[in-house]
Amino acid sequence: MISITLALPKGRLGEKALCLLERAGITPAPKDNHSRKLVFDDERSGVRIFWVKPSDVAIYVERGTADIGIAGKDILLEYSPDMYELMDLEIGRCKMCVAAKQGFKYDSGKTLSVATKFPNIATRYYESRSKKIDIIKLNGSIELAPILGLSDVIVDIVETGDTIRQNDLSVIEEITDISARLIANKSSYKFKKSEIDAIAVALMTAKGAKENND
Amino acid sequence: MSGFEEYDIYALNKDFLGGEAVITFTDTVGRLMALKPDVTMSIIRSLSDEENANPTERLYYDEKVCRISRKSRRPKEILQSGIECIGDIDLFSTCEVISLAAEAIGIFSERFVIDISHMGIVTEILSESGASELLKKEIIRLMASKNVHELKRLLEQSEIENSVSERILKILRLDGAFEDSLSELSKICKSGASRSALSELIQLESALNSQRYFNRFRLDFSLVQDMTYYNGIVFQGFIDGVPEKVLSGGRYDPLPKRFGSDKNAIGFAVDMQSLEQLFDDDNSACGDIALMYSPSDAAASVLLEAGRLRRDGSRVLATKTASEADGFKKIIYFDGEGR
Repeated sequence: MISITLALPKGRLGEKALCLLERAGITPAPKDNHSRKLVFDDERSGVRIFWVKPSDVAIYVERGTADIGIAGKDILLEYSPDMYELMDLEIGRCKMCVAAKQGFKYDSGKTLSVATKFPNIATRYYESRSKKIDIIKLNGSIELAPILGLSDVIVDIVETGDTIRQNDLSVIEEITDISARLIANKSSYKFKKSEIDAIAVALMTAKGAKENND
Repeated sequence: MSGFEEYDIYALNKDFLGGEAVITFTDTVGRLMALKPDVTMSIIRSLSDEENANPTERLYYDEKVCRISRKSRRPKEILQSGIECIGDIDLFSTCEVISLAAEAIGIFSERFVIDISHMGIVTEILSESGASELLKKEIIRLMASKNVHELKRLLEQSEIENSVSERILKILRLDGAFEDSLSELSKICKSGASRSALSELIQLESALNSQRYFNRFRLDFSLVQDMTYYNGIVFQGFIDGVPEKVLSGGRYDPLPKRFGSDKNAIGFAVDMQSLEQLFDDDNSACGDIALMYSPSDAAASVLLEAGRLRRDGSRVLATKTASEADGFKKIIYFDGEGR
């Protein structure tokens, strides 16, 4: 009998999360990459998993369609959904950074143009530094913006730094650390607390075991 | 109650609206007016203006208000229903309001909880910490999302004394039945305002523990309301199956004070829209009877028959179209003579 629904992000982070879940004893039926099926049940642990676009995980959890979910802190910081953040899974680690062309310097006389997929994060960051900015919201290939002269800087996720380096950009500031978090719908957490806490504890143990093996 | 008032009132109290913007317009004489965004504020303002009529007013309301949604940035209409108790608030008034909150939710579902917190305790621990306003805001934000791991790191990296940090984490970790949480809380609240807040909670517990819904109450300090307005007991209600809170309330003396009144106030509002989700029933009938007639039937006779069927209070739809009859509990075919 299914008692908990869990939303996972499609893509690399979701695959890493699935490994952690399997080590924690949650094993949905194997994902067939040729199948378009998106909902998987594990009768043994009572967990139903479904895959959604990474930026949608928080919406499914906030609306209660998923009791819990695994979402990157970047998404949580950008959309500030009203939900509980129960733990840091410490996977999908990267940093939210400001990057620009090599040799870039801030000009305090000019309005800084910032290209980003994360306008709220960028705005809050520069507000805290009392710097006036012009936000250009893009949906992908953000590193192109300063190269082609669309913006002075970008605010984006940096993992290995390869993409930044290959495009002759450099990180000029680190904003914050990003990693995957376990989030829970507030109402679900009140009525299914023991089931959700059990999953959190199992993930904590699985995470600890992973660290010992790495 | 008027649907609009002068904007000034709301300009000074924007935080009470949870960061949502007021919809404004200019009237025919050039005054900036607002479409009413909140019933409570209107009530408090009107009562603050009056001379001391009754020592304590007990009001209920059921009104539509308008705001710009923080998420969609579009105007939205909200149906606000709730109660206010304004004037001299004693233990009985507090118990009465919280009991009514439980009864109100209980009408819709037996599976609910009411989280209770006390802003007096949170405010005192935070002021003891000596934290800046910015840091306090961040601590509250992390408490509200039960984000213990980030809160711990933030407290460790700050200059807040270990003992104060411990108390913040301890109250956030409180869990379980009301009575048990209270005995844990008494080890944390040793003096000052938090001690008197604790005794208020203890008195509340002993006054309410014979009430029907007592086992639905929980202490939960992740429930934090804006400290500018809420100074005492605060509470929120959740129903199993509804993803967001259905009821929110508390003691909000600072608001009447802002309008120059020394009255105290406690109340709650029910989110009628969130309750709609409880009625997602595919089997719900559109009506009781569908009366099928044909074009050749005399209009007067069909009218008479429909009226006759409605006499016992049934909801009747007279129609020629078969598909319109779907979803009705009973279908009757008009035979031309009346039945």
